[in-house]
Amino acid sequence: MIRTEGLKMEFRVGFFRKRVVALKGLTMEVGKGEVFGFLGPNGAGKTTTLKILMGLVHPTGGAAWLMGRPISDSSVKRNVGFLPEQPYFYDYLTASEFMDLSGRLFGMRKREREARAGELLDMVGLSGAKNLQLRKFSKGMQQRIGIAQALINDPELVVLDEPMSGLDPVGRKQVRDIILGLKDNGKTIFFSTHILPDVEVICDRVGILVRGELRAMGTVDELLSGTRVKSVEMTFTGVSGESLSRLERMASGTVTRGSETTATFGDPEAASMAKRLVFESGGEIISLIPHKSSLEDLFMEEVEKRK
Amino acid sequence: MKVYAIAINTFKEVIRDKIFYSLVFFALLLLGASVLLSTLTLGERSKIIEDLSLSGIEIFGVIIAIFVGIGLVGKELEKKTIYIIISKPIKRWQFLLGKYLGLSLVLLSYISVMTVCYMFFLYAYTYKLPWQTLLAVLLIYIELLTVTASAILFSTFSTPTLSASYALALYVIGHMTGDLRRLAEKTGEGGVKAVLNFVYYFLPNLEDFDIKAKTVHAIPVPADYLLMSVSYGLMYVTAILALSVLIFQRRNFK
Ligand SMILES: Nc1ncnc2c1ncn2[C@@H]1O[C@H](COP(=O)(O)OP(=O)(O)O)[C@@H](O)[C@H]1O
Ligand SMILES: [Mg+2]
Repeated sequence: MIRTEGLKMEFRVGFFRKRVVALKGLTMEVGKGEVFGFLGPNGAGKTTTLKILMGLVHPTGGAAWLMGRPISDSSVKRNVGFLPEQPYFYDYLTASEFMDLSGRLFGMRKREREARAGELLDMVGLSGAKNLQLRKFSKGMQQRIGIAQALINDPELVVLDEPMSGLDPVGRKQVRDIILGLKDNGKTIFFSTHILPDVEVICDRVGILVRGELRAMGTVDELLSGTRVKSVEMTFTGVSGESLSRLERMASGTVTRGSETTATFGDPEAASMAKRLVFESGGEIISLIPHKSSLEDLFMEEVEKRK
Repeated sequence: MKVYAIAINTFKEVIRDKIFYSLVFFALLLLGASVLLSTLTLGERSKIIEDLSLSGIEIFGVIIAIFVGIGLVGKELEKKTIYIIISKPIKRWQFLLGKYLGLSLVLLSYISVMTVCYMFFLYAYTYKLPWQTLLAVLLIYIELLTVTASAILFSTFSTPTLSASYALALYVIGHMTGDLRRLAEKTGEGGVKAVLNFVYYFLPNLEDFDIKAKTVHAIPVPADYLLMSVSYGLMYVTAILALSVLIFQRRNFK
């Protein structure tokens, strides 16, 4: 559905036309029916990539295709829906006028436009606000009308730039559910984000972009398969005196709440020694939780790696 | 169809803006003032009303054309509303043409309302209805179309403030092209002459659209002059819009 090859983007900024390289040859592919999470810290080049795909900026190198057709062919957009980053809409229009305008730009007929707009406003929970001017919309409502307008043409490919940023947990959950609903309908979703917790839940595949370079790409499981148990957290009770202070010395950190102590161990070996010690001194283990590396750790690693 | 959608949206944008109404309000105030002034001055009342009203309609029309015109594209870029338009299957030229037609429609409504009020005042105070004055109004509208096109052209590559200055300068110089031409003929020097001639041929001859003096004094305006001026205006608009599209096509939206 999306393919890019060696996509490069350079901006010239300021009086001295200083070069800013936003993308250093991005090559990637997103298949049909996938939910692809495009991750990266601020300034990584995510928005730039999406803008190139949508024909808003012209790349300084490389090429890209949507559904097998080059992005310069504006007819591919018939099957694409796009939500820009921090979207801002015509604030003098009401929600239904705005949906109507969006439908017109796809050349949809009046009856079709109205039906589809009603359906979508319902889906994003804005039917009650359809005659309200957009200037009166809250941030969360703006984001939802933005998603609704992106879906007016029932697109095969939905491209969303930071759909969850600036939303509260309820709003994030709504957006997540909308994305999963689209996936169930066989749509392809390509979205950028720097909010990681949602990603593991909804993405089939992710790519990590750092300073204009794709550092990793694959399913979340693939990316994390090489990583081992990072730490073990053990909560126990009924240990006191010398044994307790030995446990405390073995752990990298302890927290005591009432009679229960939670200790964190840096590696599994230390944890199993500690386990034996608790039993030998007549204590009781309440819980034992191994922590694997998360996507967040991987992400931080990639960000901090120099070159 | 898509051009029409953009044009209607632009029309709504302007007429839902308070600034537009304050400009129309002041223009109407000027019409009233011209009636008042005509009672205080010696001379033919109808001439004074005609002269002042037509000038007022033109000046406020130019202000709307320039200040709304530069904002049309400028605001879309600044507020990034253009992202949701350009990401849909619409060509950039369709967007620009829609914007232009939308404002032309606004100006048409403006000039119609103003003309009706103007004719009403004129009849109420002088019992005369000089129909030829409508020809002057027609050419004012053509002039406004030219000014709007240039405002759009400037806003495709420049900031709103600069665009406004350019468009204003173009309007002023456009009214002096006759002088420039005469100056060019007087100067013997090759370089200066070439520059002046260049300016003369490339800037719009807005003076050609000004037949106010003739209509006020009931001097007949030949039909072929009118036809020439209207075609000149429309051709100029087409050329400027084509240039705007060329520039806009290559633009990156930040
Ligand atoms: N219009 C622009 N002019 C100059 N530099 C830009 C422009 N847009 C983006 N950049 C630069 O390109 C880099 C990538 O930006 P962006 O794509 O917005 O990142 P992200 O969306 O991942 O946060 C940044 O360093 C940014 O400063
Ligand atoms: Mg971004």
